[in-house]
Amino acid sequence: MPLPDTLPLIGITWADALFMLLGGVAVAGALGVVLGRDIIRNGLLLILTLGAIAGIYVMLGAAILAGAQVLVYIGAISVLILFAIMLTQSKAAPAKLNFQTQAVPAALISALLALIFAVTLGGGWNATVFDGTPPPEGTRGAADALFGPYLLAFEVASVLLLAAVIGGIYLASLPRAGQIGAEEEEERR
Amino acid sequence: MSAIAGHLEPYLVLSGLLFSIGSFGFLARRNAISMLMSVEIMLNAVNIAVVAFGAFVPALAGQGIAFAMLIIAVAAAEATVGLAIIIAIYRNRKTPLVDEYDTMRQ
Repeated sequence: MPLPDTLPLIGITWADALFMLLGGVAVAGALGVVLGRDIIRNGLLLILTLGAIAGIYVMLGAAILAGAQVLVYIGAISVLILFAIMLTQSKAAPAKLNFQTQAVPAALISALLALIFAVTLGGGWNATVFDGTPPPEGTRGAADALFGPYLLAFEVASVLLLAAVIGGIYLASLPRAGQIGAEEEEERR
Repeated sequence: MSAIAGHLEPYLVLSGLLFSIGSFGFLARRNAISMLMSVEIMLNAVNIAVVAFGAFVPALAGQGIAFAMLIIAVAAAEATVGLAIIIAIYRNRKTPLVDEYDTMRQ
C-alpha cells in the first residue's frame, strides 16, 4: 500500500513533518544542553542534538556527512566529553550556580544575534526548490571536491589531526621532571 | 511540493537559531566543559548552513559537503586539545569552573 502524499489529518507533507521533527529535537536538545543543570544530562542531550542534526544532513542529501557525524561526533567527541565530565566532576562544585554573573547580558546578546540571523537569513535567497528530499548523489560531488580543488586543505586537516592527537596526549599526561607543574606533582605524591 | 523542507530559508533559520543558543551557552555557562559543548553546537549550526547551501545552490554541489567534512575534522581536533587543556587545568586547580581560573588577575 503506497503512503499518501501528505500526513493524514494534518495535511503537511512527509518531508516537512520530518524537518519540523528533527529541527524541533535539535533546538530543544540544544536548549537542554545550554540551560540544563545536570552536566551529565547536558552531555547526553548533546548526543540527541547531534543525532537530529545528522538526520537533517540526510534530508539535505548528504548521507556521507551524516555517517561522519555519527562516527566522529556521536561516537568519538561525545564519549570524550562524557569522560571529561566524569574526570572533572567534584562534589565541591556548586550545583545551583551554573551560570556566570554575565548571563543576562549574554542572553540579550544571543537574542539579538538570533534576531539578526532571522532577518538576514529568513528570505531573499533565489535558491532552487526541490520536492522533498534530494537524491543522495552528494557523496560523489563531495569526493570530487575534496580530492580535487581542496586536496591541500584535506592534507592540512590530516596533519592538524595528527598534531591534535600528539598535543592532547602531551597536555593531558602527568607532568614529568622539568615540565611546568612537575614540582607540585612531586609534592603531592 | 514541500512548503518548508523544499526551501533554503528554513535550514538557514534553524542554523542561526542553533548558533545563537550555542553562543549563549558559551558566554553564560560557568563549567568549562559546558562551554566546549556549546562550541560544538555552534560548529554544527555552521555545518547545517554550509550543507544547505551546497544542496540548494547548483554551483556549490559537493563543495558544501567537502567543507563540512573539513569543519568536522577541525572540530574533532579542537575538542581533543580543549578537553586535554581542561583536564590539565583541573589537575592543578581542582575545579572545572572557569570563573575560578583567576591566577593571572591582579
